[in-house]
Amino acid sequence: MSVALPEVEQTESQLEGRRSRIPGLAAMRATSGFQRGMLVAGALLVLFFVVIAVFAPAIAPYGFNADSARGVDFVPQQAPSAHHWFGTTVGGEDVLSRVVFGARTALEVIVLALLLSIVVGVPAGLISGYRSGWLDRVLVLVTDALFAFPPLLLAIIISVTLAGGQGTKTGGILSAAIAITVVYVPQYFRVVRNATVAAREEPYVEAARALGAPTRVVMLRYIFGNVVQTVPVIATLNAGDAILTLAGLDFLGFGIEPSSGAEWGYDLNKALSDTASGIWWTGTFPGVAIVLIVVGVTLVGESLNDVLNPLLRTFKLAQVVLPRRIVAGKDGS
Amino acid sequence: MATATSSGSLRTYLVTRLLLVIPMVWVLVTLVFFVMRVIGDPISSAFAGRLPPDQIKLRKHSAGLDRPILSQYWDYLRGVAHGDFGKALTDNQRISHVLVVKGAATLELTFWALLVALVVGIPLGRVAARYRDRLPDVGLRLFAVLAYAMPVFFLGLLLQLLFAIKLGWLPASGRATTNTELAIQNVSPKTNIYLIDSILYGNSSYVVDVLKHSVLPAITLGLLVAGIFLRLVRVNLLQTLRADYVEAARARGVPERRVVRAHAFRNALIPVVTVMGLQIAALLAGAVLTETTFEWQGIGYTLTLYLIRRDFVAVQGIVTAIALIVAIMSFLIDVVAAIVDPRVRY
Repeated sequence: MSVALPEVEQTESQLEGRRSRIPGLAAMRATSGFQRGMLVAGALLVLFFVVIAVFAPAIAPYGFNADSARGVDFVPQQAPSAHHWFGTTVGGEDVLSRVVFGARTALEVIVLALLLSIVVGVPAGLISGYRSGWLDRVLVLVTDALFAFPPLLLAIIISVTLAGGQGTKTGGILSAAIAITVVYVPQYFRVVRNATVAAREEPYVEAARALGAPTRVVMLRYIFGNVVQTVPVIATLNAGDAILTLAGLDFLGFGIEPSSGAEWGYDLNKALSDTASGIWWTGTFPGVAIVLIVVGVTLVGESLNDVLNPLLRTFKLAQVVLPRRIVAGKDGS
Repeated sequence: MATATSSGSLRTYLVTRLLLVIPMVWVLVTLVFFVMRVIGDPISSAFAGRLPPDQIKLRKHSAGLDRPILSQYWDYLRGVAHGDFGKALTDNQRISHVLVVKGAATLELTFWALLVALVVGIPLGRVAARYRDRLPDVGLRLFAVLAYAMPVFFLGLLLQLLFAIKLGWLPASGRATTNTELAIQNVSPKTNIYLIDSILYGNSSYVVDVLKHSVLPAITLGLLVAGIFLRLVRVNLLQTLRADYVEAARARGVPERRVVRAHAFRNALIPVVTVMGLQIAALLAGAVLTETTFEWQGIGYTLTLYLIRRDFVAVQGIVTAIALIVAIMSFLIDVVAAIVDPRVRY
């Protein structure tokens, strides 16, 4: 705004940094060998599930709740066949369709939950860290207590509380998302708050304040950009966790209403009673879906973390910046 | 730190740490108490439609639920402070009794699971760090990712399918066969930990039966935690292997195997102890799912039963107890960490 700081001559490396702002791409470039393989494999897995989730109605052969097609009832508990690639459930639903629509439910809940956690956690952390005082202490105490409690139990309690009576699809998804949000808000809050507390004392913030920048400007322009950098990594790492929490919630029967959406965890619960008669397909396919998507998200998150966490980083020899003359013969990339 | 003697600073640290447990538990208890009240009162939710309105009113009165909420809250806090968690609404059991009986089951499960996790996770983490970015590391990292990504109930289901249904080697669910359960009911002193009870009973076939029932749940929950331990040990060992003193050992010509074993490994385990404290919560959450998968009647299994019945007094009591367990366990682990590693006592 009115605070104009002297323009610093941009060095080669800063320009490089500017160019690599495109998410993903910078991370890709920083990886090599096995790590890059993990990142790409993870990204592809995630992409695969996103496509399935978005185009679920086109991909799934039947509705997630349909137990018949064209007036013909499906035979319950059929083994996988040409008609039902993944078999049918005890209620006669097509397992493949349920798995496909399950991806949609999971994506909806996770995206919503992560967005909510960031929207609540980041500003709260920023304000709490910058303002300090009693508000900060209370928030730290509450988030610490929440953080220490088993996340799944917390989600269950919130979900049961919120779902008292709601059965609509949006209501179900929203209450599940909020339940998961409550679990993850403390993480964003803590990370952003601690970074803010550290950044508050930095000379550049001091300078901005000395120049008369109002609190809002200091927080948004000077601190925000420097403290949110870890948030994407936490979000990717959390996404996998959140999918598992959602599945656990549904497995225990405290998630989304079975009539309002297909959910892998719920299907696995139903599959438990099938195992006694040797029926493997009702549980295996939704389970594999959970494993694959969580593996995908985790691989992406881990690689990002490896790249961004200096303690874990392996340096490529090519990254050593040498004076121009020495590398003159080579391409600078 | 510079002026205080080391035992003095340890004591200060422990006292501060202990004092921090109290507000933590208090926040959770308060949160759960009021969150549970938001849904309405427990008696109407538990009995609505099943009992006539005047009956519900009577029950509310006898449970003291028609009093102002703050005085209920105060009484509840006082009760908890005295170890009294109240009585369940639906089956009239004392919550403290439920906690002792079911808690023993959960303790038994988590003990076996931790054993599996330590035996599998720590050596494998060491191997992965030792062969960083080579084949064993790649394989083990994938294993760790898989162990994390696999929901416990899915792993449990697969193990049931394979070992219980297909091969018939192990029982699919429960803590023991009915015969065993009935027999060891009369053991005294009764610990409710089936392994100890069956040993006290003195019939080896019962002991074997109890052990057989423990295998699949223990592996299911144990592998989840093993994956976490593997990653922790690997990352910490890698960081320690970069330390100057390790580099110095290498420079002196100490063979790499000895560097890992004698110089780096033990120091790398210290942070693992600390982080293990954070895993108690994960372990308990995993136990809830494992118990439901294997019908293992522990705290988690019971909690879900009460939740389905909407018995919020019971839920509140169990949740409070879990909060206490988590807080005390993480306190104890911090104490261990402080004793092992002087750097912790800041």
